[in-house]
Amino acid sequence: MTTGANTDTLIVDYDAGNLHSVARACHEVGLDAEICADPDRLRLASRIVFPGVGAAGSAMRSMQARGLDEALLEVIALGRPVLGICLGLQISFDYSEENTTRTLGLIKGEVHRFNLEDPALKIPHMGWNEVRIVRPHPVLKDIAAGDEFYFVHAYFPQPATEEAVLAVTDYEHEFASAVGRDNYVATQFHPEKSGRVGLQLIANFAQWDGNAE
Amino acid sequence: MLSKRVVACLDVRDGHLAKSVKFVNTKNIGDPVEKAREYYLDGLDELVFYDITASSDKRKIMLDVVEAVASQVFIPLSVGGGIRSVADATDLRLAGAEKINVNSAAVKRPGLIAECADAIGNQNVVLSMDVRRTLVSADIPSGYEIVINGGRTPMGLDALDWAYKGEALGAGELVVNSIDADGTKEGYEITLTAMLAEAVRIPVIASGGAGRPKHLHEVLTQGKADAALVASMVHYGEYRVSELKDYLNRQGVKVRMNW
Repeated sequence: MTTGANTDTLIVDYDAGNLHSVARACHEVGLDAEICADPDRLRLASRIVFPGVGAAGSAMRSMQARGLDEALLEVIALGRPVLGICLGLQISFDYSEENTTRTLGLIKGEVHRFNLEDPALKIPHMGWNEVRIVRPHPVLKDIAAGDEFYFVHAYFPQPATEEAVLAVTDYEHEFASAVGRDNYVATQFHPEKSGRVGLQLIANFAQWDGNAE
Repeated sequence: MLSKRVVACLDVRDGHLAKSVKFVNTKNIGDPVEKAREYYLDGLDELVFYDITASSDKRKIMLDVVEAVASQVFIPLSVGGGIRSVADATDLRLAGAEKINVNSAAVKRPGLIAECADAIGNQNVVLSMDVRRTLVSADIPSGYEIVINGGRTPMGLDALDWAYKGEALGAGELVVNSIDADGTKEGYEITLTAMLAEAVRIPVIASGGAGRPKHLHEVLTQGKADAALVASMVHYGEYRVSELKDYLNRQGVKVRMNW
């Protein structure tokens, strides 16, 4: 298990969007995180942030081309704390409907496109929405009822088991907006763009020892 | 349920708030970074910077402003003004802008929307459109046409057609700015906003005409907008962002109240 030292937190760079906003939010809460595309360095990190914006297909190809998929799975197997964000969450599942992509399989279940009946509801689901905690977790500490986070996504996760669901959000129907398993936790929303409550979540992650209890 | 957003727009020229000349105390109100931070702490949901710097050699100043704001303000940040290429968009993204607003350059060359969407993702490309009411004609069947150059140059392009085209080319959001309502402080152009919001499946931000809190309520309900953009009504200290959100909340509009 890690010591919680803040010196070697890495942000996984697999060509999936702008990672600087994640780095800035980490720095704001005192987590000295560095953007990194090298799988060998990733294997040595004590803590990892796994963000991403874009499409599942190209994200997986990019991960595989760089050997980052295997490195990430190894680090997670070692028990080190890992935080997935947005596309990072989506490609942690078994499969994504987006580009019909086989994904990392860290969390059992699939990712599907929003198929909404109400034509007034926009796709992507973009903006601030409530995150309701259904399973307390150290990374969700001090997040209160009614707190809202910033979302931008057209696909949503469907975990195969209830145990993986940490929080839910409503957009015509309820979906899992935070999931977790052992030392891995992931959010569909963007904590780095969610003001005070988002920074709180990142600060919680910075202190987390990887034990979900 | 998704909240309606209150978005503040700051016009920046050569690194300073452009409207600062009208302020009494220019020293404190003229710094865009300070103003952005103030609104952020007061519950603002999203921030738009519009760079109206005339000379291209001073454009780098804007990147410094964006960088300074992005390190202190942890809500979505959108930047527009003078974006003509993917390189312009990428520079601003690296400086910390979440979204890029394209306007005149996209009217002149619509392919810019698709190029930016490919490079930075649809959800990060905002099509900002300046619209003016006109006579219904064969070319302008909706009675609303696209104008550029701050409203001075009509383009003979129907606003509804342009919205559809922008969405098809990959824009992730629309800012609908009514040139007729802009600066009047008598309310948003509700008919125009509702027409476009019902036509497209992407979110619509209403812009132009906000003077009182009830105007935001109107455009977020009757106008069907997903977000309301405010400028002078908050810049001049007439209203605080938190006041606007309190008002909307009391009127039953779902807005983010914990910040």
